[in-house]
Amino acid sequence: MPRLTGAGRTRTLLPWRGERMALMAVGLLPAALYFWYGAQDRLGPDPVNVFERWLGLWAVRFLLAALLVTPLRVVSGVSLLRYRRVLGLLAFWYALMHVSVYVALDQQGNLAVLWHDITRRPFLMLGFAAFMLLLPLALTSNDWSIRRLGRRWGRLHQLVYGVAVLVAVHFLLAFKTYNATSVSYAAALMAMVLWRAVFLARARMRRAVP
Amino acid sequence: MARWSYPRPLAGEITPHGLWLSRRRLLAGATLGMAVGSGPRAFAAALHTRPGPFQAPEKPTPLQDVTHYNNFYEFGLDKTDPSTRSGRFHVRPWTVSVEGLVAHPRVWDIDALIAAMPVEERLYRMRCVEAWSMVIPWDGFPLASLLALAEPLGSARYVAFESVVRPAEMPGQTGGLDSLAWPYVEGLRLDEAMHPLTLLAVGLYGETLPNQNGAPVRLVVPWKYGFKGIKSITRIRLVEKMPPTTWNQMNPAEYGFFANVNPDVDHPRWSQASERVIGAGGFFGGGRKKTLMFNGYGEQVAGLYGNMNLRRFY
Repeated sequence: MPRLTGAGRTRTLLPWRGERMALMAVGLLPAALYFWYGAQDRLGPDPVNVFERWLGLWAVRFLLAALLVTPLRVVSGVSLLRYRRVLGLLAFWYALMHVSVYVALDQQGNLAVLWHDITRRPFLMLGFAAFMLLLPLALTSNDWSIRRLGRRWGRLHQLVYGVAVLVAVHFLLAFKTYNATSVSYAAALMAMVLWRAVFLARARMRRAVP
Repeated sequence: MARWSYPRPLAGEITPHGLWLSRRRLLAGATLGMAVGSGPRAFAAALHTRPGPFQAPEKPTPLQDVTHYNNFYEFGLDKTDPSTRSGRFHVRPWTVSVEGLVAHPRVWDIDALIAAMPVEERLYRMRCVEAWSMVIPWDGFPLASLLALAEPLGSARYVAFESVVRPAEMPGQTGGLDSLAWPYVEGLRLDEAMHPLTLLAVGLYGETLPNQNGAPVRLVVPWKYGFKGIKSITRIRLVEKMPPTTWNQMNPAEYGFFANVNPDVDHPRWSQASERVIGAGGFFGGGRKKTLMFNGYGEQVAGLYGNMNLRRFY
């Protein structure tokens, strides 16, 4: 079984670092672009809603990209492992912006409404839970934490599969009907979770039967 | 006895519709040599109406927003789909059948219908179930005027509406993942249908309805969520039992038959206490306001519901 965590960590030389910083910068462009449009009132008649959904969509895209890294390596041998942490962090930054826009621009900081929403609506509870689970992952996505946590780091970061399930359902519920966009993203996320479960089960079997 | 009250123009101030039509024909005839009674399609673009009794203090939502941001699932799920994908939709010739429990069923030609009805402008607030709102100057006539001609029988309790099915012209109706059952159907209780606020709109901003807004004729019930406003109506049927309605069938826990705007009864997935005002401008336009009971039309319509439990019958 290929090592799923920590690999690529030895290559924290400057060129790689610059490469990853560039990826982070490029990854943030969609948000910057739409913020620019929004500030100029070019996001149509319902700009806050468009921006909020755009940020959520990109959070899902980066989460999916991060989850694709391992299956891609196992299936094709192409390893993008050194970019995975950036992809995961991008998912987190987009989730943070998504939540911020919901709180500050959409609900205009109305705490009573926010509390009411988060405590009663499964749709928002799922989204909020996903964001809460992403927090410890984002906070430990650095070399120091990886060294410090050792094997526990890998176990902690298995939480991302919980995030994927929560996000898949949250994303499906964000639309009034099932549609091509929501169903395909949710299916892709669930496929990553399933793939991982099967992959782990097989690895365990191989170890059990030497 | 009318429970509602609103300013009414003096009878003498209103130009009889027929007279107004004949003036139009005279003008058209003088320049184009058109015969009296020739195709009413001559009125297609500019729909001449007069100010109606119901106005609103709010500023109307810009025409561009009204016509480029709306739901019309027959053309797709996106808010921009109706305006970009409705070009192939043909709204002439068109008939509207008034049938069922009525003394005088009739299949109306749309232009004959528009010519026969008192078309007037009404500025209505529009509250979508998705928690956004607009203020739209509709042109139309009270549904009650049409129903009066049909004379509902004593056994009629509800009005069922049916929209058009034309997959060749409506890309949202062609297979795939589209999850609404076609045709789109809606319904009202007879007293709701007869209420003077209930409008069959044939235009907006003084012109005939654009395809994307439900041409050639659509329902507007301003104290209910927007999805009650069935578009491109082909059939109006008086019935005895509560008719099925599209969104209610799709998800009964989220969309009721009545669908009255009610800030105290939330959608399971979001609050209905406030709404985003469409066209408020940019991120910081402050475009959110409190939602009003019955969308602010309580004075006119609250009496329809008496002691009904509006939490149960949402």
